[in-house]
Amino acid sequence: MVTPVIQVQDLSKSFGDNSVLRSVSMDVATGETVVIIGASGSGKTTFLRCLNRLEEPSAGTVRLDGNPVVNSGSEKQIADQRSQFGFVFQRFNLFPHFSALDNVAIGPEKVRGMSKSDARALAAAELKRVHMSDHAMKRPVQLSGGQQQRVAIARALAMKPRVMLFDEPTSALDPELVQEVLDVMKELANGGMTMVVVTHEMNFAREVADRVIYMENGRIAEEGLPEILFREPKSPGAQRFLRHLTHE
Amino acid sequence: MTIDWGIIFKSMPLLGHGVVVTLQVSALASLLGLALGVALGLSSLSHSRPLRWIVAGYVDFIRGTPLLIQIFLVFFALPALGIRFDEFWAGVVALSLNSAAFVAEVVRGGVGSIERGQSEAATAIGMRHSQILVYILLPQAYRQMVPPLTNELISLVKNSSLLSVISVYELTRAGQAIISVHFVPFEIYTLLALYYYVLIKVLSWLSGRLERRLPTW
Repeated sequence: MVTPVIQVQDLSKSFGDNSVLRSVSMDVATGETVVIIGASGSGKTTFLRCLNRLEEPSAGTVRLDGNPVVNSGSEKQIADQRSQFGFVFQRFNLFPHFSALDNVAIGPEKVRGMSKSDARALAAAELKRVHMSDHAMKRPVQLSGGQQQRVAIARALAMKPRVMLFDEPTSALDPELVQEVLDVMKELANGGMTMVVVTHEMNFAREVADRVIYMENGRIAEEGLPEILFREPKSPGAQRFLRHLTHE
Repeated sequence: MTIDWGIIFKSMPLLGHGVVVTLQVSALASLLGLALGVALGLSSLSHSRPLRWIVAGYVDFIRGTPLLIQIFLVFFALPALGIRFDEFWAGVVALSLNSAAFVAEVVRGGVGSIERGQSEAATAIGMRHSQILVYILLPQAYRQMVPPLTNELISLVKNSSLLSVISVYELTRAGQAIISVHFVPFEIYTLLALYYYVLIKVLSWLSGRLERRLPTW
């Protein structure tokens, strides 16, 4: 049997008395695109952030290629492990004092120890992948939101991650800029990248997802193929959630 | 009372020498203070608890004691421990150590004000905490650090007059030397005030220019 890229076992997270994640378990196979949907506050983002330890889980384990993701060992080991996950933020979080190119090159240079010129060559290739070659020398403030998010995707890709995690990557974008980002993500998925995507873009989920997970109150309430889950949601929560979305 | 204009004109070039020493002391102390202060400020943001405590204790000590006592400690007390400076370098060291504590606070505040998403993004690509401080957070804090650092530099230049008590021949000491010979305190102290005022004005103007030239993100 092939080991899944990610194996999550009983992952829980509480902030004080507030239980945000309640014993979530799931696997993600190589090349699979999993889309997570659910109302805000359902724990989707916290789940994603617990995978790469931006948030320290209260309980449970995450394995990457069978190896437990831990928060012990040297700072370098932890950082190396974290860099196996590409993470794309809702608000891009590009480094404003760097050009697009250097935003992408800084990781390979400082984390992977590549020479500046090698790192920049790699960064140029990654920018090309997200169709941002023409804007390589621009600062983030000179770019539209959609362009910034594509640079942010390239920044994550440059670390050659095993899996890409997207946290509502189009939620902070003007409507006309959403599609260019979704197109890039679709190309990645079609190229065989393993992806976990938290999003409200149901068309994207329908077209690209191999599996859709509906989260509610910190639990996986329902999961399945997109065409099935969207057409005939079984749980009352998912029915309500999907009805709200289509009535928007 | 009559103003002795003759002594004023005679004193102006003599005080010029004092201005040069004041500028030398201030330049050296501010550069050393800046370097040490940035190092202390970054240490106070590190993950090492002992390091943070040491910096906090240092800042607390400097803030809690008069600069004059710090100058005496460096000039009179350190020699007892075998560390000996001449007047000039004792003055530079005392002002640097004092300034570093305030610079450290400015760095800590400036870096701490950069939004959390920046360090999260850097963490996510696997950068270590020290790398994030140096390559991501500190450069973004430069601009907002300029006004408080200017205040600190202004304090430093004014405080350098205290070095007259350990006979550093800076502006104030140069003025006092003239007064002790000619007994013209009104003329000379007024002139000293004017000299310092002009020095400070020039520094503020330069700082304003620097601030405008630094980019906003």
